[in-house]
Amino acid sequence: MPKLKVDGIEVEVPQGATVLQACEAAGKEIPRFCYHERLSIAGNCRMCLVEVKPGPPKPQASCALPAADNQEVFTTTPMVKNAREGIMEFLLINHPLDCPICDQGGECDLQDQSVAYGRGHSRYAENKRAVTEKYMGPIVKTIMTRCIQCTRCVRFAEEVAGVEEIGAIYRGENMQITSYLEEAVTSELSGNVVDLCPVGALTSKPYAYEARPWELKKTLTIDVMDAVGTNIRLDSRGRQVLRCVPRINEDVNEEWAHDKTRHAVDGLVRRRLDRPYVRQGGKLVPVSWDEAFRAIAAVDHGCSVAAVAGDLVDCETMYAAKALVRALGGDRFEGRQTGMDYDTSSLAAVNFNTTIAGTERADAILLVGTNLRWEAPLVNTRVRKAIKKGAKVFAIGPETELTYKAEWLGDDLSLLNDLPQAVRDAFGGAERPMVIVGGAALKGGHGAALGLVAALGLIKDGWNGFNVVHMAAARMGGLMLGYAAKGGIADLHDAKLTFFLGADEVDYTRFTGFKVYVGHHGDAGAHHADVVLPGVSYAEKSGTYVNLEGRVQRGERAVFAPGDAREDWSIFRAMSDVLGCTLPFDSLAGLREEMFAAVPALRHQGLAQYDWTMPAVGGSASGTIAGYPIKDFYLTNAICRASPTMQRCSAELVHGQDFAEAAE
Amino acid sequence: MADAPNIHDEAEVRARWGAFAWTDDNQRKANEVIGRYPAGRQQSASIPLLDLAQRQVGAETSTQGWLPVPVIEFVARQIGVPYIRVYEVATFYTMFNLAPVGRYHVQVCGTTPCVLGGSDDVFAACKNHGLVKGRTTPDGLFTLTEVECMGNCSNAPMMQINDDNFEDLDYDSTTRILEALARGDTPTPGSQTGRRSSEPAGGPTTLTAMVQDNHDYRGEWNTAHAG
Ligand code: SF4
Ligand code: FES
Ligand code: FES
Repeated sequence: MPKLKVDGIEVEVPQGATVLQACEAAGKEIPRFCYHERLSIAGNCRMCLVEVKPGPPKPQASCALPAADNQEVFTTTPMVKNAREGIMEFLLINHPLDCPICDQGGECDLQDQSVAYGRGHSRYAENKRAVTEKYMGPIVKTIMTRCIQCTRCVRFAEEVAGVEEIGAIYRGENMQITSYLEEAVTSELSGNVVDLCPVGALTSKPYAYEARPWELKKTLTIDVMDAVGTNIRLDSRGRQVLRCVPRINEDVNEEWAHDKTRHAVDGLVRRRLDRPYVRQGGKLVPVSWDEAFRAIAAVDHGCSVAAVAGDLVDCETMYAAKALVRALGGDRFEGRQTGMDYDTSSLAAVNFNTTIAGTERADAILLVGTNLRWEAPLVNTRVRKAIKKGAKVFAIGPETELTYKAEWLGDDLSLLNDLPQAVRDAFGGAERPMVIVGGAALKGGHGAALGLVAALGLIKDGWNGFNVVHMAAARMGGLMLGYAAKGGIADLHDAKLTFFLGADEVDYTRFTGFKVYVGHHGDAGAHHADVVLPGVSYAEKSGTYVNLEGRVQRGERAVFAPGDAREDWSIFRAMSDVLGCTLPFDSLAGLREEMFAAVPALRHQGLAQYDWTMPAVGGSASGTIAGYPIKDFYLTNAICRASPTMQRCSAELVHGQDFAEAAE
Repeated sequence: MADAPNIHDEAEVRARWGAFAWTDDNQRKANEVIGRYPAGRQQSASIPLLDLAQRQVGAETSTQGWLPVPVIEFVARQIGVPYIRVYEVATFYTMFNLAPVGRYHVQVCGTTPCVLGGSDDVFAACKNHGLVKGRTTPDGLFTLTEVECMGNCSNAPMMQINDDNFEDLDYDSTTRILEALARGDTPTPGSQTGRRSSEPAGGPTTLTAMVQDNHDYRGEWNTAHAG
């Protein structure tokens, strides 16, 4: 633990820390461009220069200098001030002064640091260099003249995304950052380089010229595009969410978000359901709320009532719907829309027990029927980190590109009954072994995978290596609220009255009774429903979500819903009046109190504790994994299907359509 | 960038070079190069393999050779490295040609010592021989490129033609060399004024007492300014 002095302040930093980190520990701000906590050190911008004694009598790049005992670091001396001014001047030589038309304006590191550390004026009267734009795909817009060659984007693509497609070509003054042959970057994490880029060289293409950061209202909430529960901030102006950026949460998403999280938001203003409809003569006819409720009240359900939860709904909605169904005498609930019927008697057996952050520490990993890269991209990046630390990865399922080398064992589920020797060896020597079971294996292989807990010693002191990855933001919350029928969704098919909560992935043709769709987008559900009630999306309600590791998180409302749409819980509350079974809560707070009483684990944010018990579902696995549940990463739910950006991503990145030409 | 070459990745280039593979001879050399590096460090072979590939392309096209994109990709696959990583290397070094060149790639140094030594005359000679900067002569023989310092400053001005350096040039010697090449002769590389290496032209000007025998200068040191 080196002890050193920064501007006279004594600090002690962990072994291996850099001088820059020591300065931060001492509360000193060190300007930087290339250095980033989560990327390797490049040391090429020189903005972080400080004076260090003992050492050569010249400024030193603090980001690449190891902190050592008895060092004295100075961050305010004339030498440092001069150095910063000099570097700033050099950086600005070839940086255009186009801040007024630059999307980064207002949140630009170069702008801020030039104000804070640069000279007040320019001495440069020569020509500036110009660099042609590079095509990087549907998400990232480039204005490469602004690039300061910090190489953060290059390092991110290589180290975090695992997609080595961005690089620096040519050299010296001619150096240019580009994707390989200016083709679209094929990473679902590409949008993160927009945040990483300290200048306006890489900006968000869908958000281009939409707004200035200071006009935006910033709301902290939770993403629902997958079950990871990425912590996000929705930036809105008026009634529209203009962009979505990740917040830092070390336990969940670190500071990343995938492109669906970021860019599905333009789907929030398209294909919205903004008034109630009732099907008359095969056609949906707009009606008033009251008429819609009456149409439901007219259904003779004989207590055969059910609710199907969609993938994006919050716990409050599910609780309210459940309360109504119960009040009507029904008791069938399901959220696993595509027919999964795994045992849910032990929530720990269907949970991501290692935790997302814990994944990094695993030393042997077996993926069973999961295309983790699409099912939970931000868990996939953790697996990459584990591999960097030496973990070995095996996979059962059809081969797919995971951004790292996995040893593919084949797509036969029966492999679970008798794992190859290589796997046994690797797991035998592993201290923190991990099995990750995906949707493709849950159907036939849940029991056999649970068998591995004993066979591979997955549970040890302080370590639970059994994991299931879910893909729906509503899944764990739904399971906690009892949205699981014994035989899966098939148990609900004959219900006389079914409420669909934004459920757009179910096979509606199997449902014979009266169908009420409560949701926000005109997607599959609205096409089949008898009554459509306009609810709100995740951006328009405050809600509780439980992510795949059982982490309870709450998000806030960012904007108001369009038209006549109402918050889902209040729809059920209002409907209950008309149906003559008034629900006992009048506010979201009241609803929450009841919900917490019913499921106490939802009260506190953070990991819900599921006690580990082994469900009685042993048995051997058989069959092959034909494919993974997600066929198209960019179009997995109603919001992204309505999003032009996601459609474009899908066409270009999944279906290989060529847009490079069309985009200037 | 005005002077960054346009990367050729057209359908014809793909069609012509898509099936690039080592000749037997080069395959042996490639194996040897790759074998020099420990497993997992094959990326280190990028430069020698790109050079080998450029030479093979040169042999196939009777030019100095260049690196079409499919050939760069071929090299990357050989060593299991993402395309962009090898592509970065190929674009970084000016010795790798990203566009076709002629039989002789005339690289004339235009950096300060060579300018002071008279590189203007060298360029003039090239020009009068029909060479245009950045272009290949219509007969496909010469491509002229102005380059930065090639480390031969003490023999300035200089030019590099394919693998040979021609030094201590002036207008006439440059013309002579170009004419010889055009005739199909092989002009002698190195200094064109008869220097063996970079010894002072016209004989030593310092330490002259040392030319014949060893001489102890220490007694003559002016210690007054030492320190
Ligand atoms: S594009 Fe941005 S992130 Fe990438 S090197 Fe340039 S300045 Fe850095
Ligand atoms: S931050 Fe240290 S050199 Fe860039
Ligand atoms: S300046 Fe011409 S070789 Fe160095």
